[in-house]
Amino acid sequence: MRVAVTVNGTEYAREVEPRLLLIHFLRDELRLTGSHWGCDTSNCGSCVVWLDAKPVKSCTVLAAMADGRAVRTVEDLETDGQLDPVQQGFIECHGLQCGFCTPGMMMTARWLLDHHPDPSEADIREAISGQLCRCTGYENIVRSVRWAAKHPRAGQP
Amino acid sequence: MQVPSQVEYERATSVDHALTLLSRPDTRIVAGGHSLIPMMKLRLASPEVLVDINGLTELAFIRCDGDQLRIGALARHADLLDWAVAGEHFGIFADAERVVADPVVRLWGTVGGSLCQADPSEDLSAAFAAARATAVIRGRHGDRTVPVREFHLGPYETVIGPGELLAEVRVPVRPGTGSAYEKVARRVGDWSVAAAGAVLRLDGGPDKPVIASAGIGLTAVGAAHFVAAQAEEFLLGRVAGTESFAAAGRIAAEHCRPVADQRGPQDYKRHLVAELTLRALRRAAARAVSR
Repeated sequence: MRVAVTVNGTEYAREVEPRLLLIHFLRDELRLTGSHWGCDTSNCGSCVVWLDAKPVKSCTVLAAMADGRAVRTVEDLETDGQLDPVQQGFIECHGLQCGFCTPGMMMTARWLLDHHPDPSEADIREAISGQLCRCTGYENIVRSVRWAAKHPRAGQP
Repeated sequence: MQVPSQVEYERATSVDHALTLLSRPDTRIVAGGHSLIPMMKLRLASPEVLVDINGLTELAFIRCDGDQLRIGALARHADLLDWAVAGEHFGIFADAERVVADPVVRLWGTVGGSLCQADPSEDLSAAFAAARATAVIRGRHGDRTVPVREFHLGPYETVIGPGELLAEVRVPVRPGTGSAYEKVARRVGDWSVAAAGAVLRLDGGPDKPVIASAGIGLTAVGAAHFVAAQAEEFLLGRVAGTESFAAAGRIAAEHCRPVADQRGPQDYKRHLVAELTLRALRRAAARAVSR
């Protein structure tokens, strides 16, 4: 079947099998490998992208279900050569070690901050509770998101 | 790499269109997809056709209508959680939705999908059973209603027939009612080891509150229709308090049929049923009194 998905503002039309998962559409068809394919069981959240402006585990959505919809991936966080505060926060606070969970963590964090500009530590832990990090113990991820909350870019919440 | 079997994909443009598509054999509805797609990836489910109903926004409502709370099948878990918290009513739905899966999954998973998945460890099945909710099932010849307590035929099986879909769930709203849900799980997003929901209506004033009606839902412990019927019956007409609630918990634990699995042995699950039923009843009663 033919699907047309707007990814990071650009429409991509491809002929795909209906059973193709969104994560593989992004990585294999569009070569957008920033989103990571992790547990394949909707548990780890490293594949989180936005679908119609809401985070989703893209290993649990068919590309067909995204037909005609808008997807935002980690590649879109940076704008005009400037990192998103969430990305900068992960650098400042050492929010990653191996980096595998990072794209999913950052997409959920960006969504959290868009809806809740000043989240508490508990709010952040709750928001990322469906995502796994095997390196950091989450401490520095929470600090990174707090850093981003304190350093919003002009025009962002 | 987990890959579903070959499947055809259809997108429903209206409820009628969905019902027409569903008349084909071996067709499954996909909404949130967070139960079905993992099962398809594990080849535990291999439908021939998927009917995507995500565009049917007329099924995505939550509202109070007279003496009923009406929840469309396509309402997302996150929507019901926000609504229940904001409304401060229906504590049981706020409690239960807070522990369904995780926040990202709750943005997509639907209330109707949870009920129709009919997993024996599903949280909302127990919550709706406790609340004596009614399922509205739509077919090409109109609607029929089925009490949620008769909706599940067994694990992964419901009364919904070919060419039908769950349209909404209706929950009776009575003054003097309080409700709560208590779950023990091993980690965030996991199924319950055991969980109990309670809906209580109290009479007789705050000094000596008498139980006018009681609903107790249990999940993951093999309770028939997700209900602790003997414990409910025991509570009717009794004074609400720790003594009667603890006795109800013991009765619920005695009559459920948990199985030993990786989440725990039978005696531990029975212990949880007794304790969680007591806690849910206590919180439900406190909420009934405070309202």
